[in-house]
Amino acid sequence: MFKKQLISLLYQIGALLLAFGVVSLILLSVGASPWDAYRNMFTGSFGSMRKFAEVLVAFVPLLLVTAGLLATFSSGLWNIGVEGQVVLGAIATTWVYRFFLDSGLPPALIITLAILGGMVGGAIWAALAGVLKVFGGVNEIFGGLGLNFVATALTIYLIFGPWKRPGVASMSGTVPFPDEFSLPQLAALRISPWALGISLVGIVVIYFLLQGTYFGLRLKAVGKNFRAAYLLGIPTWQYSMYSFLVCGALAGAAGAMQVAAVYHRLIPSISSGYGYLGLMVAMLINYRAVWAVPVALFFAGLNIGSIQLPILMKLDSSLSGVLQGVLVLFVLLAAGVRQKFSKKA
Amino acid sequence: MNVELRNIHKHFGNVYANKGINLNVPSGTIQGILGENGAGKSTLMKILSGFIQADPGGEIILDGTPTVIQSPADAIHVGIGMLHQDPLDFPPMRVLDNFLLGQSGGLFPNRNAVAQDFKRLAGQFDFSLDPDNYVDALTVGERQQLEIIRLLWLGARVLILDEPTTGISASQKAKLFDTLKKLAGQGMTIIFVSHKLEDVENLCHRVAVLRAGELVGETQTPYVTANLVEMMFGKEITLGERQPAKAGEIVLALKDVSLEDVRLRIKNVNLEVRSGEVIGLAGMEGSGQDLFIRSCAGLVRPVGGRILLKGRDLTGKSYHPFKREGVNFLPAARLEEGLVPGLTLTDHFILAEEPRGLFIDHAAGQKLADERIKSFNIRGAPLTPVESLSGGNQQRAELALLQSPLSLVLLEHPTRGLDIESVIYIWGKLKERCGQGASIIFISSDLEEILQYSDRVLVFFNGEVSDPMDASKTSVEQLGQLIGGKGWAGKGEADV
Amino acid sequence: MTQETILIGLAGVLASAAPVIFAVLGETLSERAGVINLSMNGTILLAAMGGFAVAYNTDNILLGFLAGMLIGAIVALIVAFASITLKQSQVAVGFVLALTCRDLSYFLGNPYMGVPGPRLQAIPIPVLADIPVLGVLFFRHDLITYVSFIAIFLAWAWIFRTRPGLMLQGIGEKPAAAYIRGANVNLMRYVYTVVGGALIGLAGPAYSLAIRAGWMGTISGLDGVGWIALSITIFGGWNPLRGAFGAYLFAFLQWLGLVLQPVLTQVPSQVLQVAPFPLMILTLLLVNIGDAEWVERALAAMPESARKLLSKLLRALRASPPAALGVPFERD
Repeated sequence: MFKKQLISLLYQIGALLLAFGVVSLILLSVGASPWDAYRNMFTGSFGSMRKFAEVLVAFVPLLLVTAGLLATFSSGLWNIGVEGQVVLGAIATTWVYRFFLDSGLPPALIITLAILGGMVGGAIWAALAGVLKVFGGVNEIFGGLGLNFVATALTIYLIFGPWKRPGVASMSGTVPFPDEFSLPQLAALRISPWALGISLVGIVVIYFLLQGTYFGLRLKAVGKNFRAAYLLGIPTWQYSMYSFLVCGALAGAAGAMQVAAVYHRLIPSISSGYGYLGLMVAMLINYRAVWAVPVALFFAGLNIGSIQLPILMKLDSSLSGVLQGVLVLFVLLAAGVRQKFSKKA
Repeated sequence: MNVELRNIHKHFGNVYANKGINLNVPSGTIQGILGENGAGKSTLMKILSGFIQADPGGEIILDGTPTVIQSPADAIHVGIGMLHQDPLDFPPMRVLDNFLLGQSGGLFPNRNAVAQDFKRLAGQFDFSLDPDNYVDALTVGERQQLEIIRLLWLGARVLILDEPTTGISASQKAKLFDTLKKLAGQGMTIIFVSHKLEDVENLCHRVAVLRAGELVGETQTPYVTANLVEMMFGKEITLGERQPAKAGEIVLALKDVSLEDVRLRIKNVNLEVRSGEVIGLAGMEGSGQDLFIRSCAGLVRPVGGRILLKGRDLTGKSYHPFKREGVNFLPAARLEEGLVPGLTLTDHFILAEEPRGLFIDHAAGQKLADERIKSFNIRGAPLTPVESLSGGNQQRAELALLQSPLSLVLLEHPTRGLDIESVIYIWGKLKERCGQGASIIFISSDLEEILQYSDRVLVFFNGEVSDPMDASKTSVEQLGQLIGGKGWAGKGEADV
Repeated sequence: MTQETILIGLAGVLASAAPVIFAVLGETLSERAGVINLSMNGTILLAAMGGFAVAYNTDNILLGFLAGMLIGAIVALIVAFASITLKQSQVAVGFVLALTCRDLSYFLGNPYMGVPGPRLQAIPIPVLADIPVLGVLFFRHDLITYVSFIAIFLAWAWIFRTRPGLMLQGIGEKPAAAYIRGANVNLMRYVYTVVGGALIGLAGPAYSLAIRAGWMGTISGLDGVGWIALSITIFGGWNPLRGAFGAYLFAFLQWLGLVLQPVLTQVPSQVLQVAPFPLMILTLLLVNIGDAEWVERALAAMPESARKLLSKLLRALRASPPAALGVPFERD
């Protein structure tokens, strides 16, 4: 058992080294020093408390999305639509804020309502993909992708249309809410401990849900063999829908955090690609919840660390995406190589 | 062509499928390979036809020349062609495309020339196949005919047939046997693989018997049946007396039920099934019996008529309401539809129970699994993933998952591919449930199984459904005629 | 609008569909062999950037196109290796590549942002170009558009008329049956995936060196094309002719959106821009809904005449994928 884990670890490390090797070659090909790039990315993310706080700001939505995706992956669904579900979460949160802002209700209540609203918004968008899948036979990958583009367009429409700033609409988004309506942040840092707490609660709940409950086992059965699960008496399409709803609610919470704890308004790229990145994290951890926290933190670090690259090294910040993608690719390939060898032996 | 196999071994993991097999088949012979399911017959034939390779050390000698066969393409190149048990053809494509696929030649096949060859060969054996028809509209028997002429066209001089008499009608079988005798008369070597004594006895010049991967004996006509049985099983096997049902109250009632799918329609079926009764459904594949059995489970909605379960009208309801009334459906494809690969036996037993609370009590689950594994004699541990169980043990696991109380079990091919001991065990368990008041409806392409275990039989042909027949007063021959469309009083004679 | 502008507009539709057609044809070949190449969206972007960069640096448009095809082939090779040899999930690998190639194109394409570069010129075909109506529609295009016309029929003829094409159908339908008929299933899967990938790659330079010449990074508007092409492949029922029809229909609707924008001022432009995506969902719905269980049950409950009519309609729309799509082949 121990030996097996050791071999597995060696493969992971091999994949990691190969990924960094390939990305180093890419960097060399554009005449940049890989060492400088990695160093800048590291200092840009973990170099100071302020920067680490930024990493945590990115970590919160990423972890929430990953947690949600573990539910849909369990039931055998490729919920690519998670990106749009984050967006709709943000839109719904903004809507709730706009609705209650002048109501005179206590800010804490409004914040709570806004976050719950975001979860509902994300869940509704996920339910759309779910209905298309369950009742229309539309593969969730295509249904989800289509809905992602629609969600982004909806954001832009709202920012430039009904919700535009008094005077002139702009890419900078809607009018920010007063400070007392956002989740409280740590002094001088942008990270809100509330947001961090919510994301950690999310992953812990998902862990226990999938690990030890009837719900989780049934979800797994539906994911591994829909037909057999149905014949065993499990209400299969309901469970598919439940997993969409759980994922949508968590993705919606991620969108809500983006509005309530980070931007205090709706901006065009409110999801920041965390939906797609969450899919990568879920794949990298091979759908095991225990690894979600460290890997999401690592990926958030790469994202934040690359922000400075255009200024420091004239490199595009999409380098982080390349590094993350190559890493996941090599981990998948390494898993394949390992299976091939262990089968032969 | 003379075929000689020398010292053939084949292992999968640490299980030997073939152990040191030596066999010599002279040209012009019909050689029977007899053995029960799992005896290693198919493996041996797949080796000879190049589908898989034997372990190093064995030899295949054709007309005195040692020959290496790396692939089916190699095999057909040296003149060996095989008909697989599940026809390896392309159902959504046309007959002619299936026929010419695999022929070598230029970029654009000459369809006219191929069509002429096809008609000539089909005519030669009196096969009525339409080259423009789609293969998924053919019966298994017709697909065999297509495959036979295809292999002959490609120059096969050795023809291997793996269990070819399963699922075909009596007249298709007669035609197949005529064809094979004719081919043998022309000097072809025929290797006929079967677990059916009667077929082997009627057709083959000589028989080799396989048991547990080893060749345990060879014999020639005239055969002594008891001898063959002994070689096949290594001991005496008794199927036991037929156990007629002590029929109780009506469990399932079908009133003028009509069913429809893309291919066929079934009209106005009336049937009453009493508790403890076993109903066998016979018919060639795709004759409507699958549609029928699924409608009895609520998996297919009838287009007309009513379905009553213990007097309650369940017409139009889906499977879960049927299941709540004690109806269980066990599909033919165990790993595709019946069990969940990747989950353990324990997981399955937990899933089949009603959830108690939010969290799973793993200790209780383990205990449940231990009990069931013991009482159903499953060779596996509670934490064994179901996909690594053998076919017989998977079927036992499925039986262990049947709910209690149970009013009706619907089974598709409950014993397909299983060895005789598993078959007997499984029917024993099923009959136990009958004794407790459950009724059974099952589909099988094994007519003997149907007559052995049913009380009444329904025969399906092209959407027609016969009146229930008393199984004790019906013969295999009669059933074979009926599934081919012959002997239907008042309903047009046909044979496909 | 005059007849002339409409004609030119329609000719533009035919030209602007060319990249999508290459992508659909490439994906069709790949999926016919049983391999889903989900990387398409990223591949097209990377090939567009790479093709442009090569053509710009060598001042040779042909090399640019070849570079695009090479990129597509290499990405497809990774998909093939991961799914055929290593038996990993095609969806997972394809999706990762879709994202990675996209980011890589933005990263490597940084220096080429908005740089003016070479562009394919129209070559009117003598005599034919002067035929009224048809001349404008079909014979005043650039080379890549002509190639797209021919490619549709070549792909169709290959799949349905040639011997290897028949085998290709067989490999995607039932690999074991193709194997006993002499096909080297896994090798053929590699070949078709890589060739299909090269065709998908061709879509990139068809944008960056012809239809939307230049490289504009994230604002080049190419992000999403690959996903559309994937769903057109399904809509096309894995048939090049039906797939090409889907691509033209898509290009036509996009053009219609542009033409109608000044008329429908109350509809915000953002709505028209994303119109293809709900359309994509709708077409997939039409193609697939006939297989949904509740539809079957609902049909069974209908009176006979309505049932017959509806099920006929649904069957005509329906497209079934190759039976072995996404399933690795193993001999026993």
